[in-house]
Amino acid sequence: MTLVRDATPSSITFRLDNSSGVPPYLQIVHQVEHALRLGYLRRGDQLPRVKDVVASLAINPNTVLKAYRQLEQKGLIGGRPGQGTFVESDGPVAVLGDLSALEKRLVTGWFPDAEAAGLDEEGMRALFMSAMRSFHARRERAARSRRTRAPVKRGIAG
Amino acid sequence: MNAVETRALSKRYRGTWALRDCTLAVPSGHVVALVGPNGAGKTTLLHCVVGLARPTSGTVTVMDDMPAGSEQALGAVSFVAQNAPLLSHLTVEATISFTATLNDSFDTALVEARTEELALPLKRRVGRLSGGQQTQLALSLALARRPALLVLDEPLAPLDPLARHDFMGYLMAQVAEQRFSVVFSSHVVSELERVADYLIVLTEGRVQLAGGIDQLLEEHAHWSGPAEELGALEASVPVVYSEVAGRLARAVVRHAGTEPPWNWEDDPLDVEELVLAYLRTPQARALPGPRSPAAVRHRGPE
Repeated sequence: MTLVRDATPSSITFRLDNSSGVPPYLQIVHQVEHALRLGYLRRGDQLPRVKDVVASLAINPNTVLKAYRQLEQKGLIGGRPGQGTFVESDGPVAVLGDLSALEKRLVTGWFPDAEAAGLDEEGMRALFMSAMRSFHARRERAARSRRTRAPVKRGIAG
Repeated sequence: MNAVETRALSKRYRGTWALRDCTLAVPSGHVVALVGPNGAGKTTLLHCVVGLARPTSGTVTVMDDMPAGSEQALGAVSFVAQNAPLLSHLTVEATISFTATLNDSFDTALVEARTEELALPLKRRVGRLSGGQQTQLALSLALARRPALLVLDEPLAPLDPLARHDFMGYLMAQVAEQRFSVVFSSHVVSELERVADYLIVLTEGRVQLAGGIDQLLEEHAHWSGPAEELGALEASVPVVYSEVAGRLARAVVRHAGTEPPWNWEDDPLDVEELVLAYLRTPQARALPGPRSPAAVRHRGPE
């Protein structure tokens, strides 16, 4: 039983992990960013049509639209009317080189502090994930209060 | 525009109330999951929406003020009943042409493309297809009417996991292309999150929770903290469901934006946890619940 009959050639397929706790639209965003970072996706590549993503993952079309909208806002992709959605960037802004300072702060600061506080690696991981979730929740809340103040204009080519 | 609107809808079968005082305003353009335990009244609600059952009191309209069951509404709504009842002695081919003659507008090409894709033998009697194949055929017949609102009663029940994925993938692709509204009932809660963007929880004939899923997930969270502070927490924020084990309390709260106390951990919920929290607490509908239909009315889809 084949699912995608008339799919346009595209350079990426998506998968969703139901148990990750990451919202499905965000998983799609991350997978595009990841593919850009690793060079699997390059400027000018076409992303799959919304309809094809929806058919192969069995997900709500709004999920894909939301992901594509966010990628567009980040300047990574763009819709060309009547043609589809294309990569318009050479990669996410933060490439690995720029992260070395951040990584150094973890290795020389945070990790030793956490170890001194009695955390093993599992403990550090748990604390990091828990802090990440709080950070995410806080950001969502801030975004929500911004939204209620000023409605955002939406729209992207399917 | 509202795809489905009910006002104080009640339905009694002999001595039993199947639905009581259900008020809903579902904006169009959504994929709506109707969930609830067996006997909650899901099928009765769907039958009222498509006009197969007449309310004992209250009103139901579809696609902006078409009374459910009116001629206009019948043209705009497609319904696939539980277990997709088809005429079992007809062949697949005859079923398609028979359905085409019964309907003013019917996209025969759509059904033919789908039967080919599913490799359904056209000369076989419908009764000899598998339950899953019958459901797939019924769905494509319903879609070929090009409805503005598609209503499905437990469509996933007869399908194996692969067919389920294929069925929903096909349905979602049609939604992406044609932009119609879908309401389907299910008790498979774990698969809803991917497909539905609007949720209705029905228990004991009453609407317990209704709203856009993104918004419901934003308004609710899982908080965990010291057991002795649960009472104080319950006094300050609506707690849908809570459990205590030793010194640890876990609570599903409808915080609507309030921060948890500093020593409580804040974790997001998924749809399954949200639904289960409400189902475990049937009286939780007394919480500041879904907004009034008037307030919801002008909210478009995401």
